[in-house]
Amino acid sequence: MAVDVRAGVVRRAWDTDLAYSFRNSPVAVISAIVTLVLILGSLFAPWVAPHNPFDLSTISLIDAFDPPQWIEGGSPDFPLGTDEQGRDVLSAILFGGRISLGVGLFSTIFAVVLGVTAGLIAGWRGGVIDAFIMRVADVQLSFPAILVALLIDGIVRSTLPHDEQDQIAMLVLVGSIGLSGWVQFARLVRGSTLVERNKEYVQAARVIGVHPIRIVVTHVLPNVLTPVLVVATIYFAFAIITEATLSFLGVGVPPTEPSLGTLIRVGNGYLFSGEWWITVFPAVTLAALVLSVNLLGDWVRDALNPRLQ
Amino acid sequence: MLAFILRRIFQAAVVLVAVASIAGLLFPYVGDPIGCLLGQDARPDQIRELRGALGLDRPFYVQFWHFLSNAVQGEFGLSLRQGAKVSRLIGERLPATLELSFVAAILALGAGIPMGVYAALRRGSFLSQLFMTLSLLGVSLPVFLIGILLILVFSVTLGWFPSFGRGQTVDLGWWTSGLLTRDGWHHIVLPALTLAIFQLTLILRLVRSEMLEVLRTDYIKFARARGLTNRAVHFGHALKNTLVPVITITGVQVGSIIAFAVITETVFQWPGMGLMFIQAVSYADIPVMSAYLVLVALFFVIISLVVDLLYYLVDPRLRMQRGGGGHGR
Repeated sequence: MAVDVRAGVVRRAWDTDLAYSFRNSPVAVISAIVTLVLILGSLFAPWVAPHNPFDLSTISLIDAFDPPQWIEGGSPDFPLGTDEQGRDVLSAILFGGRISLGVGLFSTIFAVVLGVTAGLIAGWRGGVIDAFIMRVADVQLSFPAILVALLIDGIVRSTLPHDEQDQIAMLVLVGSIGLSGWVQFARLVRGSTLVERNKEYVQAARVIGVHPIRIVVTHVLPNVLTPVLVVATIYFAFAIITEATLSFLGVGVPPTEPSLGTLIRVGNGYLFSGEWWITVFPAVTLAALVLSVNLLGDWVRDALNPRLQ
Repeated sequence: MLAFILRRIFQAAVVLVAVASIAGLLFPYVGDPIGCLLGQDARPDQIRELRGALGLDRPFYVQFWHFLSNAVQGEFGLSLRQGAKVSRLIGERLPATLELSFVAAILALGAGIPMGVYAALRRGSFLSQLFMTLSLLGVSLPVFLIGILLILVFSVTLGWFPSFGRGQTVDLGWWTSGLLTRDGWHHIVLPALTLAIFQLTLILRLVRSEMLEVLRTDYIKFARARGLTNRAVHFGHALKNTLVPVITITGVQVGSIIAFAVITETVFQWPGMGLMFIQAVSYADIPVMSAYLVLVALFFVIISLVVDLLYYLVDPRLRMQRGGGGHGR
């Protein structure tokens, strides 16, 4: 019985318009597969990766600068070669992907929560609060997000003593990327809240005396969330790029826990001496990840857009 | 028109004052410049003396007022790390960044608009599909990655272009230019390309989609029916009407050119303001950071002002509204 129900759910999901458009878009399928492989590989890095790049007892300087397996001098132990400390590049990518994806995910969640809350408050309350929130948003929007993230990161760092910086570097990073991105969610949600607020179901809820906070959370919020999800997908790719950029500039995650951006930065120094694999493989991984998430986001936007159907 | 400009200038001033205030408020609270300057084994009397010399012992509102009145005159105090005047440091670095951004912007517009027009007119041809595929890469790849890839291909493998610095520069008194020497042009190719690619792809895609939209409209059909040549229809009628959104986006993009210059300058060790800013961030050099912040805000405000004025030049409807009454904004 339970199996039948589950099979029915899968069946129904398979038959929806969304699934149909997904099956008929090779770009969406391929980018979904790439994204999934990268996410699973990073998530299960401790089990999938051939080595643990953070375990000092297993790395040895003798293995440093080994080229990839298929090049003269490479060894099958290190499929994509090793870096300057003898760490396996493939394992470093898998573990680095964890940090990139993690920071990307949490900063997206932070930006969405912050932006949706601000948008709901501005749209629902209107008046002075609305004007204030939107004015702040306008000023922030006139600066590129990456500059805002860089600034917040720089300011928070300089207020902290040096020895504490590394411990909370990740939090600072998530905070600054999230703070640099709340604006677009706030504008989006404010716009739809203004529309929803005057609809009959909201008036009905008011008439029967539902508490305003309850109306906003249980009635308005679900109705304004769809466009937010679309923008959030694209913002996720942007957050990964921002994290990689900040780490590349040397103000992101600490070098003890390298993300893809840090790996690229470290490898960049060896580009001219011929050890291209240290930077090229993390770079290709980052590019593949960002590109496939972007393409997925584009597909979701088109698939959910009623005007295009 | 005049009222509109005045209102815009007023808004710009408000933004500038807000940014300057934020920058000024940072001063007393952020960072420990004394620790950076003197090191860990400074004696207490040395610390007191330096605090007095830098004015850090005065009350916060005095410091803030001091900052604002100096900022208006273009002075931002001494760099905490280098001990030199911030205004002089910026004066040395500004030409490098402006030349880089200028060349990149010209490149993005000069290549992006023709490529977009081509992709719209010859839709489906091999070349335009190539443009579209490449532009997808340009939009989604991080700027620093594009820079590294260009270095890998054109400096390391092919050895065509140098990968860091400005090369030979000519000193023109208050401006050092790298655009007057062969060596300087040689050095600017890769950084300018890196900086331009993102804007170029955006402009390409925008011009293409706007152009496709416009080509479907009735007045294009009428223009064709009147027997105008393809050339006149495409460039005289269609392209002109795609320019308004292109100007908007380009204006916004010039702003992001400044932001991305920070990244490009780091990748190519280009001695501009962006590199200076990154170094200031990692050393908590607050005077340099706030000066950069105020300067960037100034650029943004000027750019958006110029963009608004350009609308009037390009879109005759906006000029008409003034005289005809119509639906004013």
